[in-house]
Amino acid sequence: MNQLIDIKNITLDPERLVESDKVASTMYTSEVLFEQEQEKIFRKTWVWVAHESEVPDKGSFKLSTVGREPVIVVRDRKQNIHVMLNRCRHRGATVCEIHKGKTSSFQCPYHGWGYGLDGSLRAIPHPEQYGEAFDKAQHSLFSLRTETYNGMIFATFNDDIEPLEEFLGAAKKWIDLFMKQGGGYPVKTMGEHQFSVPMNWKVQLENTTDAYHFPIVHKSFLQSLDAEAEDTFTFLDGEGFVEDLGNGHSVMVMIPELVDLEADLERKIPERFEELADELRAEGYPDDQVRRIVRAVGGSGFNLNLFPNVACSMAFFRVLTPVAVDKTDIRHIALGMEGGPDAANRLRLRLHEHFQGPMGFGSPDDAEVWERIQRGVEGGTELPILVNRGIEKEEQGEAGPRGHVSDETGMRAAYGMWKRMMQE
Amino acid sequence: MNNAEHDNLLWRVTQFLWNEAAMLDAKEYDAWLALWQPKGLYIIPIEEAENYADVLNLCYDDDKMRRDRIKRFQDGFSISSAPPAVTVRTLSRFVIEAVDGQTVTVSCAQHLVEDKFGRQRLWAANVRYTLTITDSGFTLEEKVVRLLNSDGVLNSFSYLF
Repeated sequence: MNQLIDIKNITLDPERLVESDKVASTMYTSEVLFEQEQEKIFRKTWVWVAHESEVPDKGSFKLSTVGREPVIVVRDRKQNIHVMLNRCRHRGATVCEIHKGKTSSFQCPYHGWGYGLDGSLRAIPHPEQYGEAFDKAQHSLFSLRTETYNGMIFATFNDDIEPLEEFLGAAKKWIDLFMKQGGGYPVKTMGEHQFSVPMNWKVQLENTTDAYHFPIVHKSFLQSLDAEAEDTFTFLDGEGFVEDLGNGHSVMVMIPELVDLEADLERKIPERFEELADELRAEGYPDDQVRRIVRAVGGSGFNLNLFPNVACSMAFFRVLTPVAVDKTDIRHIALGMEGGPDAANRLRLRLHEHFQGPMGFGSPDDAEVWERIQRGVEGGTELPILVNRGIEKEEQGEAGPRGHVSDETGMRAAYGMWKRMMQE
Repeated sequence: MNNAEHDNLLWRVTQFLWNEAAMLDAKEYDAWLALWQPKGLYIIPIEEAENYADVLNLCYDDDKMRRDRIKRFQDGFSISSAPPAVTVRTLSRFVIEAVDGQTVTVSCAQHLVEDKFGRQRLWAANVRYTLTITDSGFTLEEKVVRLLNSDGVLNSFSYLF
């Protein structure tokens, strides 16, 4: 094997760590790199923090993170969404420790500094000792630049970055397609599974665009499906593809017939959804609406990987939080139809539980192999991580290089962006 | 029910649940499946709910899902459960909450230690069982396992609680 990485000269130069077809295993293990990533990636780009349905009303909030930094996502009285550091401007305590809820203000438990929903400092107990020069307007909760696209809320510490829509670019079309799984209703979140895996965050970033592993790692999931559904999920021999969408984003189309959920409504209803269709008809839904809901209920046929921390993954949001160089928290957020039929939303919940989360038929097997990567790369530091699958057969797609569904085109897209950002 | 009847029932329920716990630690899943009524539900919620069917849970298993889950554990194709973590659990603080005809509702505390990759993890849960009294003992009608940190960041599980 002549493809070793020259570790004698590996400083931590991004140019040497990431090549077009392979990356250094140090990428998963270097604490120095991990710290640099926090500064150069998670503090510099748009990071997904929440979906709008998680903060539906005035005063609704949820806690999230931008990189490792704790933030509050909140909707104010004027319906504007703010993302603010969860840190009192006085001595640094968190001003909220409730995961989600509704409030009219945030108050620091230490000395009682009170903040409005827009983060403005409203009240200080015994303010006289601060003197007249103290300007409350200069002591609001630290506010991050916040923009949304089709319900997805992103925040950034970087005031100079391009507008969110420009950053998303070619990925916007796929976000729009993904949201069609509302089946004619707005998409809403319906709870989440959270689990921690002893792995570097980039292992997760890769996995969402890795179809190659699916029939191997998820064989036990496939075996639990009926024959028709098993056939649907056996997509490596199909017409799917992976395409680089620019800025580190990529899309992996696994089931092409489920790309546009509003097309082909006349298609035969899959066996596993027939019971739902019958139930909806019995409830009085007209046939075209039944078909639209049932077509959407299983989710989209693709994974959209948005650099650096979120994926619109078939039927749910997959969110990563980098906790330490060898520790990553994963959230699988279930999605449903806001105002849609209960029977459809219940089925979506059961489908989510079937694959996702700590007791799903899929996630635990993913977590096992991710952990084994972290354990494996403790050996052979000079050996590279290969991301070369399909590189010679890649063609030009609509937005960028396109390869076979099982190719590592999406990983190359993400590592290209990683390299670009780490060199800036 | 007088005190003696209560104590007798508590003792029989405790015996049954300790036996169930031993089956799960030993991964005697076929025997465990046989404890269930076909209509029974095995639920590990994330949050309290009036009807767990309407919310996201860690698992919400009817008869088919229970059997599919056990099959997945046993068939050897799931890398996380071949081999699975080994577990040791203790159940204590049994309280009979209600007796209604042939139905007994009982709650208890559960501590479980898992070991895999030379690493041990500890989980604590409040568990509520709904049992049906039969001629030969009890059957499981419902089991709801409330992990203390069910709405927090967990790890993946290759066994049952």
